[in-house]
Amino acid sequence: MSEHIVSPKLYLLIFVVLMVLTGTTVYAATVDLNHYYRGLNVIVALVIATCKALLVVLFFMHAYYSSKRTQLIIVAGVFWLAIMLSLTLGDYASRSWDVH
Amino acid sequence: MWIFLSTEILFFGGLFLTYTINRHTYALIFADASRSLDLKLGGFNTVVLIGSSLTMAMSVWSAQLGKKKLVTTFLILTLLLGCVFLGVKAIEYHDKYVEHHIPGASFDIYYCLNNPSACNLSGKALEDETKEINQATEHEGGQQALNAHSQLFFSLYFGMTGLHALHMVIGAGLLVWLIKQSIAGRFTAQYNTPVENVGLYWHFVDIVWIYLFPLLYLIDRH
Repeated sequence: MSEHIVSPKLYLLIFVVLMVLTGTTVYAATVDLNHYYRGLNVIVALVIATCKALLVVLFFMHAYYSSKRTQLIIVAGVFWLAIMLSLTLGDYASRSWDVH
Repeated sequence: MWIFLSTEILFFGGLFLTYTINRHTYALIFADASRSLDLKLGGFNTVVLIGSSLTMAMSVWSAQLGKKKLVTTFLILTLLLGCVFLGVKAIEYHDKYVEHHIPGASFDIYYCLNNPSACNLSGKALEDETKEINQATEHEGGQQALNAHSQLFFSLYFGMTGLHALHMVIGAGLLVWLIKQSIAGRFTAQYNTPVENVGLYWHFVDIVWIYLFPLLYLIDRH
């Protein structure tokens, strides 16, 4: 495999950032953000989780240095997930049934 | 490897979809039930698992540079951290067993209120729990309904963390396989694809946990 070698320093830096983000998400859950905007707590939690996932994919998994073809496969995987989530939730939200 | 991981994204995605719909429908119960999970153990496990991703990344780095001994060391460290994660998960599952939070015939969300000493509940924690459960009972319109709907959260909790743990067990098996080859000196700067691919799998399992942790443990902790 032709590969880019990532330095241990960068790995360590990413690890530290991941730890900081973990602390942030725990702290954010203890604050009532829903008071400002309904559902803000879960939005913040998901944004932080997505930042963490991106750091892992780009650097621990080397996607940042991968070929365009590999990157396309990763994006395709996430794209299919997006289709599944958006179409199902869209259908669910727009039906007239009473969910309770 | 990435094509396999794409199928895994959809595999877990289905569970996250089920989770989203149920959490939307039973928001109050999901928040109450989430607070019954042990935040300290969950947080500790998050640190352990991300740490194991770091050691896995380091073993790939060692392999790329042909540092044979270092590859073995980092693979063993990764395996150890993975085992710590699974051990803590076992403790958490046991706590849920004691609290009668495992979906099925003996599931009883009121068990801890009726037997506070069995769940180590006393003082303010017991008062809060009583208030919370009474509110939820009223909201759902009866004890039977609350028990039925709470099981949805715990079914998803066990389903999602169980599938994740199964992936960890498979990952641990792959690591043992790698360690054996690594001790035999098979991985060099030219040949290290197995280390790299198991690494990708291990990081993927880490990412699943990165989403599971806030979604299961961190619902409205305020």
